[in-house]
Amino acid sequence: MSSSIATVSYIGATILFILSLGGLSHPESSRRGNLYGILGMTIAVLATVFGPQVTTQGYAWIIGAMVVGGSIGLYAARTVKMTQMPELVALMHSLVGLAAALVGYANYIDPAASGHLQGVEKVIHEIEIYVGILIGAVTFSGSIIAFCKLSGRIGGKPLLLPGRHWLNLLGLLIILYFGREFVHAESIEAGMKPLIIMTVVSLLFGIHMVMAIGGADMPVVVSMLNSYSGWAAAATGFMLSNDLLIVTGALVGSSGAILSYIMCKAMNRNFISVIAGGFGTGGGAPAKAKGDAEPVGEVVSISAVETAELLRDAKNVIIVPGYGMAVAQAQHTVFEITKLLRGKGVNVRFGIHPVAGRMPGHMNVLLAEAKVPYDIVMEMDELNEDFPDTDVTMVIGANDIVNPAAQEDPTSPIAGMPVLEVWKAKTSIVMKRSMASGYAGVDNPLFYKENNRMLFGDAKKMLDEVLVALKS
Amino acid sequence: MAQTIGVPKETAAAEKRVATVPEAVEKLIKLGFKVVVQSGAGDGANCADDTYRAAGAGIINTAAELWAASDIVFKVGVPTPEEVDLMREGGTLIGFIWPAQNPELMQQLAAKKATVLAIDSLPRVLSRAQKMDALTSQAGVAGYRAVIEAANAFGRFFNGQITAAGKVPPAKVFIAGAGVAGLAAIGTAAGLGAIVRANDTRAEVADQVVSLGGEFVKVDYEEEGSGGGGYAKVMSEGFQQAQREMYAKQAREVDIIITTALIPGKPAPRLITAEMVKSMKPGSVIVDMAAERGGNCELTEPGQAVVKHGVTIVGYTDLNSRLAKQSSTLYATNLFRLAEELCKTKDGIINVNMEDDAIRGLTVVKQGGITWPPPPIKLAAPPSAKLAVAPPKAHGHGASAAPASAKSTAITFLVAALLFLFIGAYAPAAFLGHFTVFVLACFIGYMVVWNVTPALHTPLMSVTNAISSIIAIGALVQVAPPVTGGVDRPETWILGLAVVSIALTTINMFGGFAVTRRMLDMFRK
Repeated sequence: MSSSIATVSYIGATILFILSLGGLSHPESSRRGNLYGILGMTIAVLATVFGPQVTTQGYAWIIGAMVVGGSIGLYAARTVKMTQMPELVALMHSLVGLAAALVGYANYIDPAASGHLQGVEKVIHEIEIYVGILIGAVTFSGSIIAFCKLSGRIGGKPLLLPGRHWLNLLGLLIILYFGREFVHAESIEAGMKPLIIMTVVSLLFGIHMVMAIGGADMPVVVSMLNSYSGWAAAATGFMLSNDLLIVTGALVGSSGAILSYIMCKAMNRNFISVIAGGFGTGGGAPAKAKGDAEPVGEVVSISAVETAELLRDAKNVIIVPGYGMAVAQAQHTVFEITKLLRGKGVNVRFGIHPVAGRMPGHMNVLLAEAKVPYDIVMEMDELNEDFPDTDVTMVIGANDIVNPAAQEDPTSPIAGMPVLEVWKAKTSIVMKRSMASGYAGVDNPLFYKENNRMLFGDAKKMLDEVLVALKS
Repeated sequence: MAQTIGVPKETAAAEKRVATVPEAVEKLIKLGFKVVVQSGAGDGANCADDTYRAAGAGIINTAAELWAASDIVFKVGVPTPEEVDLMREGGTLIGFIWPAQNPELMQQLAAKKATVLAIDSLPRVLSRAQKMDALTSQAGVAGYRAVIEAANAFGRFFNGQITAAGKVPPAKVFIAGAGVAGLAAIGTAAGLGAIVRANDTRAEVADQVVSLGGEFVKVDYEEEGSGGGGYAKVMSEGFQQAQREMYAKQAREVDIIITTALIPGKPAPRLITAEMVKSMKPGSVIVDMAAERGGNCELTEPGQAVVKHGVTIVGYTDLNSRLAKQSSTLYATNLFRLAEELCKTKDGIINVNMEDDAIRGLTVVKQGGITWPPPPIKLAAPPSAKLAVAPPKAHGHGASAAPASAKSTAITFLVAALLFLFIGAYAPAAFLGHFTVFVLACFIGYMVVWNVTPALHTPLMSVTNAISSIIAIGALVQVAPPVTGGVDRPETWILGLAVVSIALTTINMFGGFAVTRRMLDMFRK
């Protein structure tokens, strides 16, 4: 295959990738979008393998590596539970990060790749390697930590080292200093030392960054790491002078960045403050300072049977799921209840907050897995106005995203965050294990509202009881 | 030793309600109490003795035995002197007492060393008292029944219909007073399809009227009519004049008037004069829910339905007994909630805690000492004040945000321009080519992804993740590149790194696309 045909194939692959992302805009076209992605990837890989840059001695190695990797990947994709999606995605990001770092190293030690470069071009090339490895390493270690946090291997609480901003700054300075050393290095051997030090610092930086971020900010972190893995690919593309890598990396990078932005906006928070970590605990103790704004009223609990009665008599029901539903694996029961109620002519819909769960769109995937039709799964903006006409809202394992304090109490740490206005419904039922406050550490005045009822207990167990009561 | 709750048969002539129902009996027993019910107590409310028995209550034949056996008596109507005589010395009585209207009764109860909780004296402003608010629950039932009585006496449909036999206009209903009863009436009448208008001296209820499907009719006069505690107060002469004009106008227009206006401790205000009744269309109906307290209409005869000037005026005072089952069920729940408050330990022994605002208000006689009226309750800052503060603040924030964002946009552009200038000045041509591609791709990514529906964020992430394994290409070209001229490559190292990278990225590639496919297959209509 000639070099021109390889280039043309690359252009084709690029277009397919763009179409792939575009196809994911709507559920109808999304499957085709995924297909475009697969096609684009196949073309890109084949064009490279049969292109001028790979000789026949490499085929055996390539095929071997791809068979091993491919089978692991397919196995993981088959077996993963939908509730584990955030972990899987985080883990996969780490692979891209690691690969980017390895490719960077391989490129650096290959004299054939850079031997012909001189002057500014050589400097730029080395900066590209340096930056590529940097991003790759941060993505790798950050994703590993995110994976551990999401899978519960380490706690979700933010770990806040004293003077953590200074530590980060120090890390940055070290990286800059060794970057200078690296560029000025005379030989490849001399350059290895600053490169390795930088890699270690980057790995630590990635760990530190994600450790400082707590559970509910995970959607931002996951999409940010997604973005990083794209930038890592783009940096590799610069390093190898490969436009396909640059374009694809930029596509992925900007899509991740947009998702992060959307997530931050949904929490009414600044991107920097999320990355800086420690929500609700940094900058003094805002949650404790408002003793005079303690919620007034009383918590009224309700039984599963009474819940079923309320649901049976309702005309409009909105279900607001949160991370608690994912933890309890209650989505199938939720759908059973939905099906039953819809069969009785009750208008049941789902209200999804953008940051519900631990990754963007987490709830949608869980509900889709339970076969909830996507046209009754609504975004916050789509149904927030409908709450006053709703008879019953069921809040399943969510807290901060339905906290009226965000609107009513300007001193609240979550003031201004857009929330689902469940309290405007005639009755709201909150399913929760206990009265503990949410991730933001803010007491939820919703629980004390007159029209709110608390259904305490494990979401799955309580919903099963509600289902039984509804059927009887 | 668990205390016994006794439920006597109500003695008033038209009273069909009963103070507890079998469902509530079960719950009371769960609280640790014993429950005894007088035989036939629930007959009027369709609760047979057997159903009480099945719920775990004991049945006692005579009132005398029942009163003697009970530590606590649950009643609906105000007890008669004879009933109080039957009461055990030092016993507890819960029910409607109306201490202001019944001073002799209060003395008699005090002489019995009784503890009396008057459900009508509940401090209604406490939000947690709502579950015990029998006035509200009973008024709601009465409001509903008032509409049903009106419909019964009215000769036409409530809802407008277009039928083969001609067009039927909807009935017009005017409801005076939008308290609990009034609101219930608005909801019921609107539910039947009538055009509903309502008026209240408290302007703040306008929203509630509208929310139930009614239309709020304003009196053309400025005065705040909220008398505290959710009741209205007596209005000024000027206001009353304007109000009369409005009522006269409504009387001429509407088919049905339901009046619910009450002022605590005063006779019911006269809203509908004989003149207004005369001006109404023949066949119209007035339901006067204030009949017991003198009536809102001049021509009302308490306890009777009469026809005057062609208008049926319903002055029933037993609207609740006319819906005995419903009234009793709600009342029983109110009393059960009160029992819950009194017996937080769930051991069947009540504790009349005078520190508790709600209990303090309810208790009118404590072990023979009259404790009515209670001291005023000190409420925390009213929540409405807090709500009022927030919106202007939010507005101010929004206004200041706009110029700031313009400023930050300008800064962004400036930084970007400097960056481009720097790159343009120093970077070689080859790099610029790639850079162009990079910047444009970022924009394409932005444009394409911005439209993605939030429901697909997770699949989007997994597909972009799969696509980012394009980095495999970087590894592929390093496995075995065509090497020109004897350059000394550390072959093994490079090959090792590249092969590992390929394996890692293919995990991602295959796994990412496969899992995306799996997810997308789940999304269905």
